[in-house]
Amino acid sequence: MSNSCPTIESIEQPFRRTDLPEFRPGDTIRVHVLISEGGKERIQVFQGVCLHRKGGGARGSFTVRKISHGVGVERVWPLSSPRVTKIELVSRGRVRRAKLYYLRERRGNAARIRTRVGGYKS
Amino acid sequence: MNFQLGLITKKIGMTQIFEKDGRRVPVTVLRAAGNQVLGHRTVERDGYSALVVAFDEKKPSRCTKAELGRFKQANISPKYVVREFRVAADVLGKYAVGTEVPLSLFEVGASVDVTGTSKGKGFQGVMKRHNMRGEQRTHGNHESFRHGGSIGCRKTPGRVLPGKRMAGHMGNERLTQQNMTVVRVLDEQGVLLVRGPVPGAKNSYVTVRHAVKPAIRAGNNKG
Repeated sequence: MSNSCPTIESIEQPFRRTDLPEFRPGDTIRVHVLISEGGKERIQVFQGVCLHRKGGGARGSFTVRKISHGVGVERVWPLSSPRVTKIELVSRGRVRRAKLYYLRERRGNAARIRTRVGGYKS
Repeated sequence: MNFQLGLITKKIGMTQIFEKDGRRVPVTVLRAAGNQVLGHRTVERDGYSALVVAFDEKKPSRCTKAELGRFKQANISPKYVVREFRVAADVLGKYAVGTEVPLSLFEVGASVDVTGTSKGKGFQGVMKRHNMRGEQRTHGNHESFRHGGSIGCRKTPGRVLPGKRMAGHMGNERLTQQNMTVVRVLDEQGVLLVRGPVPGAKNSYVTVRHAVKPAIRAGNNKG
């Protein structure tokens, strides 16, 4: 779903992020998010497994899942959201699917993803 | 009647932009640059006052001689679309024949009415066309799942009332979406960004006017 219209491309251009590292489904990432609480803003870190990435370019989004106090928590962010201040790649995962929805039915060791060593071929 | 001036635009597509606070805003991209005044309609000559606006460059080789003559008279290049905007007589003086109606007609946050021709859906049943409920799939029902039910009474009135909603052609009609918000006016790209979807397919012509309802409330809708 690439958008070939030059006008729309040029509108999306300022929102395109170049500072984010490459990450794929199965990777464990740390997302730094701006949160406004009581009129103040602070940064919260959300660490978990990337379940999927949707869309491309400035319009894409990604979902991160983690287990917090025994409860599964998933958060979705647009890739170009200004609220996402930083993403760190913690470790890469070896998975064979683009959408890791099967992780939702698994608990504990069964939900473990093997780590993959080495960098991305770009 | 709507006496608000507007622009003829071409729908380019949709995308999203982010506000400073992180809110994601869905927008429709409308190319609006190049609206030129082709002529005036005046009360003395035509019985009403309106601005004739032309939009979207057209090759002279694609025009009829009659069209060419009309554009030559106003001394502007030929265009695909010509539309009239009913406006008050004093507005005509601000836009001389041959000048461009600028994008700055609209400011960010302005309320606008957007008129376009909706996408044609063909002959559609009552469920899609009028959002009727249809009938049960189970409990012994057969052969009538997507029907609209009864269409009238019995001997009185003995006929179906006019305007009864039934299956038929859907879409491909002129629609106006009122009170939409202008999110950005990008002058250098010649583009307006309007919040939310707009009637019509990509590359169709869409008219954007100042919203008529707030204008009536403010007493600004006089012709």
